[in-house]
Amino acid sequence: MTHGLNRIMWSTLGIVLAALWGLPFVYSVWTAFHDEVYSANFVWNAPLTISNFFEAWKAAPFALYFMNTFLMITIVLIANLILCTLVAYAFVRYKFRWSGFLFALIMVQLLISPEILIVENYLTLSRLGMIDTILGIALPYLTSAFGIFLLRQTFMTVPISLDEAAQIEGASAWRILWDIYVPLAKPVYLAYALVSVSFHWNNFLWPLIVTNSPEVRPVTVGLSVFATVESGVEWSLVNAATLMTTAPLIIAFVLFQRQFVANFMRAGIK
Amino acid sequence: MNKKIPFNLAIIMLILPCLLLIAFTHYPAVRALINSFWNNASSRRPSKFVGIENYQTLFEDDRLAQVMFNSTIYALGTIPVAIGMAIGMALLVNARLPGTWLMRLSFFMPTMLPMIAVANIWLFFYAPGIGLASQILSLFGLPPINFLGSTETSLLSMMFVAVWKEAGLFMIFYLAALQAVPENLKDAAKLEGASNTHVFLTIVFPLLRPTTIFVAVNALINAFRLVDHVIVMTHGGPNNSSALLLYYIYEVTFSQRDFAYGATLTVVMVCLLGVLAAVQYWLLNRKAHYQ
Amino acid sequence: MKTLKYLTTSCYAAAIIGLSAASTYAAELEFYFPVGVNAPAVETIQALTDEWAAQNPQHTVKAIYAGNYVETTTKALTAANAGKPPQVAVLLSIDLFTLIEEDVILPISDIANTPEDQKWIDGFYDGFMKDAEFEGKTYAIPFQRSTPVYYYNKDAFRAAGLDPESPPKTWDEMIKIGKALTVKDDNGNVTQWGTRIPTLGLGGAWLFGGLVVSKGDVLTTETGIEARIDTPATIASLEFLLDLSEQGVMAPGGISWGDTPKAFLEGQTASMWTSTGNLAFIEKNATFDWGVGFLPGGDGPGAPIGGGNFYIFSDTTDEEREAALDFIKFMTAPENAATWSIATGYVAPRPDAWETPEMKAYSERLPQALVALDQLQYAEREFATFQRAKVTQYLVDAIESVVTGNSEPAAALKIAQEGADAVLSDYQ
Repeated sequence: MTHGLNRIMWSTLGIVLAALWGLPFVYSVWTAFHDEVYSANFVWNAPLTISNFFEAWKAAPFALYFMNTFLMITIVLIANLILCTLVAYAFVRYKFRWSGFLFALIMVQLLISPEILIVENYLTLSRLGMIDTILGIALPYLTSAFGIFLLRQTFMTVPISLDEAAQIEGASAWRILWDIYVPLAKPVYLAYALVSVSFHWNNFLWPLIVTNSPEVRPVTVGLSVFATVESGVEWSLVNAATLMTTAPLIIAFVLFQRQFVANFMRAGIK
Repeated sequence: MNKKIPFNLAIIMLILPCLLLIAFTHYPAVRALINSFWNNASSRRPSKFVGIENYQTLFEDDRLAQVMFNSTIYALGTIPVAIGMAIGMALLVNARLPGTWLMRLSFFMPTMLPMIAVANIWLFFYAPGIGLASQILSLFGLPPINFLGSTETSLLSMMFVAVWKEAGLFMIFYLAALQAVPENLKDAAKLEGASNTHVFLTIVFPLLRPTTIFVAVNALINAFRLVDHVIVMTHGGPNNSSALLLYYIYEVTFSQRDFAYGATLTVVMVCLLGVLAAVQYWLLNRKAHYQ
Repeated sequence: MKTLKYLTTSCYAAAIIGLSAASTYAAELEFYFPVGVNAPAVETIQALTDEWAAQNPQHTVKAIYAGNYVETTTKALTAANAGKPPQVAVLLSIDLFTLIEEDVILPISDIANTPEDQKWIDGFYDGFMKDAEFEGKTYAIPFQRSTPVYYYNKDAFRAAGLDPESPPKTWDEMIKIGKALTVKDDNGNVTQWGTRIPTLGLGGAWLFGGLVVSKGDVLTTETGIEARIDTPATIASLEFLLDLSEQGVMAPGGISWGDTPKAFLEGQTASMWTSTGNLAFIEKNATFDWGVGFLPGGDGPGAPIGGGNFYIFSDTTDEEREAALDFIKFMTAPENAATWSIATGYVAPRPDAWETPEMKAYSERLPQALVALDQLQYAEREFATFQRAKVTQYLVDAIESVVTGNSEPAAALKIAQEGADAVLSDYQ
């Protein structure tokens, strides 16, 4: 009896908390779909409109921004998948004198990410002439310590017997990597891809200082440029733009909620 | 495995990728140190070696003192609160009560949003008079609070935003950990008459320690790394009351174009993070002993 | 008589042919421009640029929208440092000293050295030319300039029993009228403030500059090495801001720039001090009768000037410079300046632009647009020195510190002055 009452009580608490937690976001979405007049006046049955989205879309080259973000996260992801696999494989499969030291060195990046060293990394990029390029944004992230860590943990669980059997059959290191290690790590690759995409889609400070032109600007920087004007801010437009730029992630999340959560969990457990 | 790595493989698999990483992590840290001993070049004269002059400026910099204070409060405030909220949320979601899907969606959603979007949403929310927060306050007959425009509340407002964004992600990690807690342990305790709270405190929470450590490290890194909301919502103000260390570095270097001082501040930041990492490592090792 | 007329006409013809002959070189121009307003500004610039390109087929021009002012300056400086600067750009007028220090621009007066050019330069409003000069040379040409004005809700004035055609002119009137305009609800909370003056950030510093001008002083001079932060005028200005909130006319604490127009439209405040660039936004969204007046002044009217100027970069060939100058002349020609001003709300920088039929029609339709122009004679340059960002930050910190109740005006300004002097001492 009390157990049931308890459950109802906790459930109510949970739902209320969830409602409060989601309030800012929900209000932002509501504003995006209503005229500017209502952006500070909540009226229940105010007419819906999608004109804000059209206006926001026209006001700044969002299509270009999306493409840039997409290009950037693709470059980073592919490089990560390849490079982190190679490094993790080398650590797991071979023994060499400074492996402990090198691994510790790599793990430093977990704490001191490229944004912390923004001043010097900008200067490096400037010397390479890669300011204002998409590759320039991606460059510091191409090898990811987190990816190396995850894959190393995963590769360590591959049975050595499989590896040795393949060696006896004369398979090269590359063969073994491709045929044995990679397939076994597929779920981790997926988990990592989700984490990586969401991190780099949302990255702001580094792309902000690296990019100057709309041609390479990703969506996060585009959104901030859009929202800071000399004259007054039109909230319905800004909220529409915000929603537009986060819509792909949100839709993906809502559709694949279960997988997202499961994969983030997996990434965390490891 | 005990194989020795062939050299050509080593180059491709290890050295080249790691060089890339080192080029943007370790190399810049060293360069920051070197550059902190030089001053800025201008079009009229090249930069010259000035020794510890930049560090002297550091000690005389009142704004930096404020910034360090802010960063400390920010870290000390957001990390425990985010962890606490995350555990609470995870417990709620894990209990499989009616409405779980709503809770999970609502708690995790902020994680999917870029911080810049979160900043816009909260900027609108906090706007004095016209924002939703003020409207809610006025519903209760309370005077509006100038969240972002008053030195007392600006930092707290930033902390709130950060917790709002991160707690959901940490909830997921705790969910995973909670689901890994063996049922029979809990059942055994309950059979012996332990209350739910007791079960949680004595059995579940200690088992969550590794997750808590992982989450705490993440929260610490984020507390220093994520300053998008400060850039967009308050520009560090009013009067530097919400300025965080990385924001200050950004402002000094890219707004004021003082690269030399920016390098000096970077050195401070790296040292600070290093010390924090060492402290955490020591704490963890110590705790591990008693397990 | 006839011969004389014939002679004159052929002289003109020869001159025109000669001039066009002089411009039959080909130049490739890159033109960076910022957009700081909620307006279809990018399209308008593109249209104007295309028009010039059509009239000058031997040149090519690429108009590059570089973001807001800060980004455009960063982009231009970065490009210049990398050896590939744009040839011409619209940048903040207050960036003058930064651009000079980094040695990336050249005096336009050096290129525009013929008598007609001089006449053309003289054709701009003096007020806008003040911050385009350094050491006797003209480095910039005004393009999108603005000053803040006092917007007020005429309906609110009527409701308070005030004359809707008499906005306050002095600080004392502002406080008196502001008190009448302040409306509270049953809980004692204010639902409509008397006025709203942004005090946070660079927007706050801009408006503060206007207050100082109205007390007869300036914040910086054309030398770029003098920051007059601790003066009787500045102390009086800060005290006025404090007075407004103490007397219940303005909300206490820091007030942000971005929210202010919206607050005005929502009736949260009966009047506001903000850029004339917001005219279009207010016109489109106001549901009440509204007017515009001079900024109420301490000892007399006073206002700051803001906005962007054209600059020509120094790492350019002679042909590029000539083409750039021609481009600038085109963009600031009366009809085009009028088009730009009407589209954005910026103040057209030449008297002859205001004489065009479009501008006359526009001013008839929206007489509020004329206020900024009339106020121009009382306006002074915006805060600008070498190391501008660093030095301005001292002023911003002082203002923010005082309005949030953390320090007294005299003390805060003294600290700011010391900081500014320390930075500028290198340049003296």
